Amino acid sequence: MKYTDYYAALGVERGASADEIKKAYRRLAQKYHPDVSKEPDAEAKFKEVAEAYGTLKDAEKRAAYDALGSRPEGEEFRPPPDWARQHGGGNAQFSFDDVDFADLFSRFGGAGGGQFGGSPFGGGGSRAIPGQDFEVPVEISIEDAFKGTTLELNLTLTERDPSGQARRVPHPVKARVAPGAVDGQRLRLPGKGGKGTNGGRDGDLYLDITLKPHRLYRATDHDLYLDLPLTPAEAALGASVEVPTPAGAVNLRIPAGTSSGQKLRLGGRGLPRPRGAAGDLFAVAQIVVPGSLSERERELYRELGETAADPRRHFGEGA
Amino acid sequence: MTGETDVMWLDEHRLVTLAELVQVSGLSERELLELVQGGAIAASGSGAGGYTFSARVITVARTACRLRDDLELDVRGLGVALRLLERVSELEAEISQLRAQLPSG
Repeated sequence: MKYTDYYAALGVERGASADEIKKAYRRLAQKYHPDVSKEPDAEAKFKEVAEAYGTLKDAEKRAAYDALGSRPEGEEFRPPPDWARQHGGGNAQFSFDDVDFADLFSRFGGAGGGQFGGSPFGGGGSRAIPGQDFEVPVEISIEDAFKGTTLELNLTLTERDPSGQARRVPHPVKARVAPGAVDGQRLRLPGKGGKGTNGGRDGDLYLDITLKPHRLYRATDHDLYLDLPLTPAEAALGASVEVPTPAGAVNLRIPAGTSSGQKLRLGGRGLPRPRGAAGDLFAVAQIVVPGSLSERERELYRELGETAADPRRHFGEGA
Repeated sequence: MTGETDVMWLDEHRLVTLAELVQVSGLSERELLELVQGGAIAASGSGAGGYTFSARVITVARTACRLRDDLELDVRGLGVALRLLERVSELEAEISQLRAQLPSG
């Protein structure tokens, strides 16, 4: 396993007092807590800080950690053979196979640690302990949000064997998401989190849905927006044009005199709602002027320009 | 891979009781009631069976529990934090809606 420097994670000296460790944790937790922070990689940084604090705030765990010595961050190592027994980890044979560095300290000391830490610091004994809840961000396409999808998630959970030893185990989950998920939608899978111990209930799995950026549509709640390029002639004279929607292309009538930025609504052509009417699709008119003109086109535009009304005439009007 | 699981949508169409909210959020009943009474968590109804909540509130209550545990906030601090987070979320939704209306590129 790879060594993690918990003192460096909290930015304190190895000899720091419990109070200094607590203050450092509070400062960093306020900065990186994923529920309030907009810092890049806030969640990963908070996990590091919470894991470090979960061990260093507890005298027994800190002593066990210190006994491993000071090593370079990320160095591969195995704890000495007697390390677990000497530091209150019990007399059972302690295997370090499939054990993450954070799991090493889960056998020592009392409870603590946050839900984002990914490392349950609970004690052993016969007390019923509920399984850990997990929150997983999931990105789906607008097409999948429209027609529904089955997510196949390959998670890794920390479980305990009967002796209380923590171990990382693969946890595949297949979840059916009905049509209509939108950006920010939260979904709950009861009992699909970590296993409870001593009769405690299994934890839950929460999925935080975000929609992938789409080459055509921009989603806001259940509504979709689509840029609709129009020639000046189509915009001025009106036209019937084919526009894509998640359910397939439809014909849209462009009224004569359409300006750039005008929104044309296709009712019920957005994302479906689990209950109630589907969202709308708005085609936003974009009048596209050709970058280069033929001589004939230039002539026609000149002619048009001579008769066109001045679109800036209101500039000269009084306040 | 385990069998396919249908997910529970945490939206306004599903209601949860106070007892369910206590179980899934990690907050105590007393903390939740204080947050409801302080207006930081909205109840959908109250009757003989006690308060009911939109399942959307599960997310809010779980956030409150994390903030309590990780930042050592008391209930008053949680109330302020939840209101500010809700305001941020409303503003982000407004920005997202306005951005969606802007032409891309």
